Amino acid sequence: MKQASRWFSRNLIRIYAFIGFAYLFLPIIYTIAFSFNNSTKSNLVWVGFTWNNWLNPCGAPDVCNALGNSLKIGVLATFFATILGTLMAFAMGRYAFKGRSVVNILIFLPMATPEIVMGASLLTMFISFGFNPGFWTIVIAHVMFCISFVVVTVKARIASLDPRLEQAAMDLYADERETFRRVTLPLVAPGIAAAALLAFSLSFDDFIITNFNSGDVNTFPKFVYISAQRGLPPQANVIGSSMFLIALIIVLMGQFVGRRRAGVR
Amino acid sequence: MSTALLHTGTHENQTSLAKKKLLPYWLLAPGIIWLTIFFLVPIYQLISTSTQTQGYGIGTYVQTYRFANFMDAITSSKAQLFRSFEYAFLATCFALIISYPLAYAVAFKSGRWKNTLLVLIVAPFFCSFLLRTVAWEQILGEQGFVIKTLRFLHIMGAQGHLTATPFAVVAGLTYNFLPFMTLPLYASLERIDIRMMEASGDLYANALTTFRRVTVPLSMPGVVAGTLLTFIPAAGDYINAELLGNPGTKMIGNVIEARYLAIVDYPGAAALSLILMVTILILVMAYVKRAGTDELV
Repeated sequence: MKQASRWFSRNLIRIYAFIGFAYLFLPIIYTIAFSFNNSTKSNLVWVGFTWNNWLNPCGAPDVCNALGNSLKIGVLATFFATILGTLMAFAMGRYAFKGRSVVNILIFLPMATPEIVMGASLLTMFISFGFNPGFWTIVIAHVMFCISFVVVTVKARIASLDPRLEQAAMDLYADERETFRRVTLPLVAPGIAAAALLAFSLSFDDFIITNFNSGDVNTFPKFVYISAQRGLPPQANVIGSSMFLIALIIVLMGQFVGRRRAGVR
Repeated sequence: MSTALLHTGTHENQTSLAKKKLLPYWLLAPGIIWLTIFFLVPIYQLISTSTQTQGYGIGTYVQTYRFANFMDAITSSKAQLFRSFEYAFLATCFALIISYPLAYAVAFKSGRWKNTLLVLIVAPFFCSFLLRTVAWEQILGEQGFVIKTLRFLHIMGAQGHLTATPFAVVAGLTYNFLPFMTLPLYASLERIDIRMMEASGDLYANALTTFRRVTVPLSMPGVVAGTLLTFIPAAGDYINAELLGNPGTKMIGNVIEARYLAIVDYPGAAALSLILMVTILILVMAYVKRAGTDELV
């Protein structure tokens, strides 16, 4: 009896996990499925299967313009946020200095502030300084809210490093700069890559802060929000699905490379 | 590393030691400057705007230190303010109930599939937040298969609907912020030494007691981090209320957005934003203090 109940409880959690994953993926599967829908006006009802949306992803007006802006903003914001955040992470993870707790609060605050407050306050500032919101105000805003996430991600990686590896490099007569370049940086690199990926997906997916600070510049989430009122074209599903698949492939490849490397060592 | 630094430091002269002391500040400076100009200064601007009053012409405001703006904002949007915290609280509870077994299963029951399953938990993140919400709107909507099935089984009448209800808004919030809950939970569960659980079993605790007295207390840091990361964005969200709700489910985010971008009432919107931010910070601090975790970042 006890064994039977234990068997049940063990499998219960598997069944539960399966349902959980089904719940997580239902809207994704729906989005991918309806990217193949042969719909003419609104993409609400299944009409029939077609490759046309995938062959012509820019078929809907303005969708590729919005996508292009989102990609440009994402790359720029990721670039700056990753550099600024990584520098901060090294300072936080490696040095004892005065004012550390104040810096910690400054890094934590943007993560504890609702997006709408950050979006509204930035717009207030841009307006009061006579700055017209547009492409660059979006980039500035995205760098701002990505920095903290980069710091947290890279800092965690730095904290998990074995200090003996660096000591070994020094024992082998590497100077500080060489140790950093040849040992520390390669070891932290996966953390930096993960942080950059996180920053890009945060930037690419952001709607609330962007909506406040974008003026008339369109981004992909903004495009989805605006067209959702009158029916989303299937091309939006094509772009969403491909971004999903690309990100999934990048992460799985990263894991594969990581595992191979671990295997070699 | 700090010992290694000191080790080489002793070989060099005083000036380079002083330089080294300044190094962390040089590393921090660009990020601090950015966060100061584009986070702290805007918050200051928000505070100063919140006490302004209408000047000449639409969208022009002058500083009059009118603190009554806050009372006005609260009285006019009390319902939405309370609703935001109510929905955010419910969504956080549901997310915790859904995520805990999921994170538990991945951490302890997945064997060599662990990393793959972990990727699958984050994967829905990669599909646009708005697209996912629109997808839910259509899955639960009039043309969706859920409602057709429910009607076919006569569980729901012809008049019944799922979207444009508080249920749909809370469900949307729960779904959209689920990975924020699952990941910290997984991280803290994964760190638990499995021998602790075995020891508990050796001391004649049954599975439930072990879970209650060993697993749950050891996973508390993950619970705290996860609930915060879910509650904060959920309380400020307005997308779910906009796409999945009706006029009676508007949250504080909807009010702030409308006041800023449609009505151009900057002081009112600023006052509401500050009320939201301060309430969240107070709740977070009280919660963290109770839960007994200090290091947040």
